[in-house]
Amino acid sequence: MSQLSAPTLRSLNNPPTPAWSPEDLREEFPILQRLVRGRRLVYLDNAATTQKPRVVIESLVRYYQELNANVHRGIHYLSERATEAFEQTRRAVQRFIGSRSAREIIFTRGTTESINLVAWSFGRQFLKSGDEILITHLEHHSNIVPWQMLCQERGTILRVVPLTPDGELDWMAFERLVNEKTKLISVAHVSNVLGTVNPVREIVRVGHAVGAKVLVDGAQAAPHLPVNVQELDCDFYVFSAHKMYGPTGVGVLYGKEELLEAMPPYQGGGDMIASVTFERTTYNVLPYKFEAGTPNIADVVAFKAALDFLDQLGMEQISAYEDQLLHYALQALDEVPGLVIYGRPQYRCGAIAFNLDGIHPHDLGTILDQEGIAIRTGHHCAQPLMDWLGVAATARASLAVYNSRQDIDELIAGLHRARMFFRL
Amino acid sequence: MSDLKELYQEVILDHQKHPRNFGSLSDATHRQEGYNPLCGDRIIVYVKLLNNRIEGIAFQGSGCAISTASASMMTEAVKGKTIEEAEALFHAFHELVTGKPSETSACGKRPPLGKLAVFSGVREFPVRVKCATLAWHTLRAALMGWQGTVSTE
Ligand SMILES: Cc1ncc(COP(=O)(O)O)c(C=O)c1O
Repeated sequence: MSQLSAPTLRSLNNPPTPAWSPEDLREEFPILQRLVRGRRLVYLDNAATTQKPRVVIESLVRYYQELNANVHRGIHYLSERATEAFEQTRRAVQRFIGSRSAREIIFTRGTTESINLVAWSFGRQFLKSGDEILITHLEHHSNIVPWQMLCQERGTILRVVPLTPDGELDWMAFERLVNEKTKLISVAHVSNVLGTVNPVREIVRVGHAVGAKVLVDGAQAAPHLPVNVQELDCDFYVFSAHKMYGPTGVGVLYGKEELLEAMPPYQGGGDMIASVTFERTTYNVLPYKFEAGTPNIADVVAFKAALDFLDQLGMEQISAYEDQLLHYALQALDEVPGLVIYGRPQYRCGAIAFNLDGIHPHDLGTILDQEGIAIRTGHHCAQPLMDWLGVAATARASLAVYNSRQDIDELIAGLHRARMFFRL
Repeated sequence: MSDLKELYQEVILDHQKHPRNFGSLSDATHRQEGYNPLCGDRIIVYVKLLNNRIEGIAFQGSGCAISTASASMMTEAVKGKTIEEAEALFHAFHELVTGKPSETSACGKRPPLGKLAVFSGVREFPVRVKCATLAWHTLRAALMGWQGTVSTE
């Protein structure tokens, strides 16, 4: 593994210094100003969803107050303006992930729908019985179940790459599993549980060498790392706006244009057609071919405010800052007696999964919650990974730009109090 | 912290650390698995039923303090009871932890809860109600001779 670079991580010798402080950023998030159970909110459940900055909330309100109309349909003023705002977000996404063309950016409801779209459309067009789909043992259910459904229907075979004891992709096993029957590799860029950053660019190279297409689930990468789909050379890249300071209900499917062109539409309806007669319907061009019906206009428009917010902070700076905070947290957690951290990947970001010996994560979650500390407990929609870890559930703390060392210190103090409470 | 002390009373912490009737039951007449998909907790309840009476009961599984203590105290509470008595106790317990009248609240008096009253604190933690009732739902399913795994969802 060591010769593999994690392409999205900057050199640690020379981390860019952010021009902002987490304390200042916290001010930009109205919800972080409220008290929870009478306490300052320590929000460490960012992998589930992040909080929204004021600019995003204001953009939503402004859209409904000043722009609201249906898109791509009317010739009246508001419809034109709404369409323009909607398409501006598409171009902002294109720039954000470095894709070649805005036609390659499809709006969906979220990562889950993006993956289902590919499974349905790409899967039914290009996969047949006996073909193989390769995923890894650390995937979120949304990158497992759609493929299982496809396999049931088409007779394709799902193969799973195991992990090393550190929670990294087992590279040797991966290379062994890839063969000329492999038609699709679908992997998380970053694990939502262990925080592992997968060597996506290398995975793509190996996959392409046997003619496989590669889908990257970027739900946990897009908020934390600079992403460039042309550098990664992946065929699909999917993520959710709500995990990167944007509104809920918006997801992105990036796909290489020639691939999207060759894929049949996912849903039928308005907007996705060029012309309809009862005898014959022709489909609209990209990206509209995949966007049937009235889209989630307001949230797409407000998503641009989130992308601008991220651009202003700088993804390099975000990544460097969060990396420091993550290592501060790892070190502090390691000092808590009886605490087990799951996974020790070399490249990681975002999330830390752990358990405290003698306290079930569910009890821990309740105790911390009483002090206004929000973490996630449970299986994190990754039950196969839980089985691999040999636990039913874990606690998970996950970071965002507004988290500071104070948040980590409060978490640690909460863990010590939980141990006292349970007389450990 | 006071709500927490209510939730995790001494008795509950004691049952969590030293669960009673923990293990399997070799002469069980009923065996039922229960599952809480929210937290991944699994439990197996074994019952030896004789002449409509719970002669023996045991449980296995790993769960949070609330679900473990609830299972442990349930086994103590229903041992020696008839199916109807256990059912009545379930409804009384359910009302206690949810703070809402149970489905069959119209029919009849509630039996005294005795030690089970320590679970009253759960009411303040709606997301934990399922932890407290997992063992009970599993027991009911066992007595009704359900097939498959019961789920709290
Ligand atoms: C790695 C990963 N993939 C997929 C998803 C699903 O995202 P969504 O629920 O926004 O569709 C999540 C979020 O829970 C995730 O963390």
